[in-house]
Amino acid sequence: MVLSVIALVSALGVVLSKNPVTSVLCLIVTFFTIAGHYIMLNAQFLAVVHIIVYAGAIMVLFLYVMMLMNLNAELEPQKRNWLKYAGAISGGALLVVLVAALRDASMPAIGTEANEIGLIKNLGQMLFTQYVVPFEVSSILFLSAMVGAVVIGKKD
Amino acid sequence: MTLLSIDWFFILEKILLISAVLVLSLVVAMYSTWGERKVAAWIQDRLGPNRAGPMGLLQPLADGGKLFFKEEIIPTNSNRFLFILGPSIAMLVACMTSAVIPWGDTLTIAGRTVSLQVADVNIGILFIFGVLSVGVYGIMIGGWASNNKYSLLASVRAASQIISYELPMGLALIALLMLTGTLSLKEIVEQQRHDYWNVVYQPLGFFIFLVTAFAETNRAPFDLPEAENELNGGYHLEYSSMKLGFYLFAEYINMFVSSALMATMYFGGYAFPGMDSLGVSPNLLTILGFLALFVKILVFIFFFMWVRWTVPRFRYDQLMRLGWRVMIPLALANMLITGAIVLFRQH
Repeated sequence: MVLSVIALVSALGVVLSKNPVTSVLCLIVTFFTIAGHYIMLNAQFLAVVHIIVYAGAIMVLFLYVMMLMNLNAELEPQKRNWLKYAGAISGGALLVVLVAALRDASMPAIGTEANEIGLIKNLGQMLFTQYVVPFEVSSILFLSAMVGAVVIGKKD
Repeated sequence: MTLLSIDWFFILEKILLISAVLVLSLVVAMYSTWGERKVAAWIQDRLGPNRAGPMGLLQPLADGGKLFFKEEIIPTNSNRFLFILGPSIAMLVACMTSAVIPWGDTLTIAGRTVSLQVADVNIGILFIFGVLSVGVYGIMIGGWASNNKYSLLASVRAASQIISYELPMGLALIALLMLTGTLSLKEIVEQQRHDYWNVVYQPLGFFIFLVTAFAETNRAPFDLPEAENELNGGYHLEYSSMKLGFYLFAEYINMFVSSALMATMYFGGYAFPGMDSLGVSPNLLTILGFLALFVKILVFIFFFMWVRWTVPRFRYDQLMRLGWRVMIPLALANMLITGAIVLFRQH
């Protein structure tokens, strides 16, 4: 409960704060609270990997870029009006789609009692037996992303 | 005694253990500063600190007192909250890792079995890795909040260095995991108790882990973020008083914790040769094991210092080339070979 409140407040902070660095820091807090939720669902592996990958690597790079560019409110270019309208309309459309999708979805609450699927041993066995094909396909996706990054990096 | 169906002794025991581990790491870090100056003096044929107390043993206390009483300066154009948050994160993260290190086997006090490990989580190694990857925020936030070009440069250096060296460290650990088949540090130690130490099976992995540990703790020869002759001091340039002290202190705690990790994962932890044929009572054996672990840790800390006063600092491009072109391929090769051997032995 407390975790969820912190998660929501910091998520709002990401969107509402004027300073990009504060925004990134709020996002990091959000990731930590989400990892906390995973632990409460007894998915320790997922929680730790979430922290290592998102909070530990990706957000560091975000912060890195933000700090180097040293953006602030005065330097920000004035946005055109039609851009604001387009943003508002597409955001509203996304909200409608999400609400429509969530209204029909049935989401049974996950019990807090012994739910062992999140532990690393069971998770690994599931991934490499039942879900091995999707797992390998997603690794190919990563590989193609890496190749793409190298190609873009080599251009100049 | 069970009240409200909570095991109060259990909570008391854990609180005591946590405090003991914290005090231990703080004291060790404090005396590492003294030890470092003594080692430096010895290597450079000087005397080192010898004014405060016998052999200068009170020097860390004098230094700490001085840092506490210094005037605290917060730069005008800096973000006050983040400026204070930086050293706090550095210190917090440095103290967190020691929770999953098994400091010894179990003690039996008045019929209760007390494990000398704060938390035996089944993702021990991953936990350490997660905490480590968060550690970089202390440096980055502090360096940015100082609103100083040199601090910012230093924190950017630190961030890229830590991210680059995390990869080979993780790959070296994966090889170790394939060998032991568990993520729990306690089980890794127990396996080494009845077998050879892991360093025998994983010499290359240990070497990679050692080098990356130097880089992760920002110790020489990888102390580019604190290169005083190019950066005027480093990410803690604007810090004064105890906030500077926390940054420096966090470095020593990190050194202590990574020494403890290396001793635990590759050098048998609290296990020592001939442990089970000694024929003493289990409690005494546990204490002896703890002492053995401590000796191993001190040897590693000495090694850290020895390297610092022997090897010159890398240039930054050399550091990156070493990380990406040497360490990662080596670690990958190590992982592949270990995987092949493990697979071969299973069949």
